[in-house]
Amino acid sequence: MTDIASRLSGAGTNALELRGMSRYFGALAALSDITLTVKPGERRAVLGSNGAGKTTLFNCITGDFLPTTGSIRLFGEDVTTFPAHERIRRGLRRTYQISLLFGGLSVFDNIYLACAGVSRGRFSMLRPRKNDALVAAAEDLIVTVNLAEHRETLVNVLSYGQQRQLEIALALAGAPRFILFDEPAAGLSPTERSDLITILTSLPEHIGYIIIEHDMDVALRVSESVTMMHNGRIFKEGLPQEIEEDPEVQELYLGGGHG
Amino acid sequence: MAVVDHKTFDTNDADKEGVSEPSRTGVYWAVGLILVILPAFTGEFILSDIVSRILVMGMIALSLMFLAGYGGMVSLAQLTIAGVAAYMTAVFGTSAITEISIGLTWWIAVPIAIIIAMIFGTMVGALSVRTEGIYTIMITLAISAAFFFLANQNYDIFNGFSGINQVLPPVFVGVNWGNTIPFYYLCLFLAAVSYALVLYVSRSPFGLALQGIRDNPRRMAALGFNVTAHRIAAYTFASLVAGVGGVLMVWMNTAISPGAVSIAVVIDVLVMAVVGGLGHPVGAFLGAAVFIILETFALDVLETLGLPGERFQLLIGIGFLVIIFWSDDGLLGLWRKWRERSAKRDPLLGDLEGDGK
Ligand SMILES: Nc1ncnc2c1ncn2[C@@H]1O[C@H](COP(=O)(O)OP(=O)(O)OP(=O)(O)O)[C@@H](O)[C@H]1O
Ligand SMILES: [Mg+2]
Repeated sequence: MTDIASRLSGAGTNALELRGMSRYFGALAALSDITLTVKPGERRAVLGSNGAGKTTLFNCITGDFLPTTGSIRLFGEDVTTFPAHERIRRGLRRTYQISLLFGGLSVFDNIYLACAGVSRGRFSMLRPRKNDALVAAAEDLIVTVNLAEHRETLVNVLSYGQQRQLEIALALAGAPRFILFDEPAAGLSPTERSDLITILTSLPEHIGYIIIEHDMDVALRVSESVTMMHNGRIFKEGLPQEIEEDPEVQELYLGGGHG
Repeated sequence: MAVVDHKTFDTNDADKEGVSEPSRTGVYWAVGLILVILPAFTGEFILSDIVSRILVMGMIALSLMFLAGYGGMVSLAQLTIAGVAAYMTAVFGTSAITEISIGLTWWIAVPIAIIIAMIFGTMVGALSVRTEGIYTIMITLAISAAFFFLANQNYDIFNGFSGINQVLPPVFVGVNWGNTIPFYYLCLFLAAVSYALVLYVSRSPFGLALQGIRDNPRRMAALGFNVTAHRIAAYTFASLVAGVGGVLMVWMNTAISPGAVSIAVVIDVLVMAVVGGLGHPVGAFLGAAVFIILETFALDVLETLGLPGERFQLLIGIGFLVIIFWSDDGLLGLWRKWRERSAKRDPLLGDLEGDGK
């Protein structure tokens, strides 16, 4: 079988397929033997205490670093060894737990960069014109995430909540098909939190995502399935109610030092 | 690299460093006018040995400024890339060394030379962009050193230690571009074009992304940018600027020899760029101006003062030390500091805290 045929076999079946994925940092197994399947358009919450390996899971999926063992399929294609930008160009997006923005640039420029990254215009040495498609896309996006009035503000001087909103905007640029949100609600005010929930629930149906969220209430409102992680392993998977009522989960959450 | 302070690079913000748009345009016109009418006031020596040299070395420093300032990549290979263009102009064009020079006419030889320099620069980029900080400096320094030794020892292409002489600027549209005044205008024109081009590209999607990669390569990859390819492309662009500078360099000296691409000169270019300031393309030319003026006159000044003239290098060194010590970005940094301070003192400009800047 040719390489391409093997890579594309089963195309379109799942948005994400992890098989036996592990990641070691020295002797520490931050992830061990993760097998996980997410269908297209599915919205999944990942829960787990501090250090459970949730962010490491995201880093492996986006290609920030490679897994030690195992394989990653994105929309049926084996992307295990692909560099991050190749995965992003296939419709994967992510946000960072600790905002990773361009502090010296304006809000608009940040969003413009995100739009350029997934377009062919990224190498253009010509300055955009007024009717440039990328500029238009960025203008739309800035409205979606309620940052239009801060268009020209330097990102450094935005409030924490606004920076989190911008983090999300960067992940919505282009035509995302599958998004990884790393604790987008952490540290937000109640209003900002409900804005976030609105943004997530009003995403087009075909866009699936995984959201890492410590707050059960938020997680259960924006997801249709839940994966619990503990010590680098998947510990439980199921529907939100099942997970919520699971005695083991309750013990872990209440007794695991995570109020 | 934290050499450059981070400003906005949006296309439509008028007021960045407290210089309002009309006064900035005014400065451009004034400097431009002075440079254009300069030959009416200055002699042969000032024009050819100082101002033209400043423009040529400034272009090479500009190529370093582009990579270091916008890309965070301190490449010590930019003079060498210029040197490649210089040697190739001599090899493909005409010179006194007829066994080496192919003798093509200048408008074929020069584009070939620049393209070879760009290919060479792209290869330098491909070798060095995966490294960071000090390792980039070391790898590009090693390439420069290797090229120097190659040129010094190879007689088939580079004519060894003595290099290639009689590489003359062309006679074109009835003008001998080798004469002092036409050559000055040629340098002025190409330096101005390079300057404008770098400024323009810095605010294009490509340039904006390069600055994004400088500040946050991991995020840029997560936005779909191929960080490595982008950095290499930046080298290709910078090599265009360095290559044009290299062609002017060989014409200016009417010769090219290993001495012109030695490590000492590599360091000179670095000093020019850093002393001028990496935050803005103008820094490269400011740095080249200060360097070349000091280099030319420090000796005389010392001797007039009755001090031993051979210490002029020391004077230059101290001058640079002072600038680096007082400023976070060379002369540009000093300028910004001075503006901020004078703005604070000036009651007419109103209170700084309240004006929303
Ligand atoms: N780059 C790294 N180098 C070394 N160890 C790491 C690295 N990244 C993560 N780890 C370790 O891997 C384990 C899992 O970390 P991870 O950040 O994935 O947890 P998390 O579930 O996201 O936790 P939190 O809820 O605090 O965000 C931790 O013990 C962490 O110290
Ligand atoms: Mg985490």
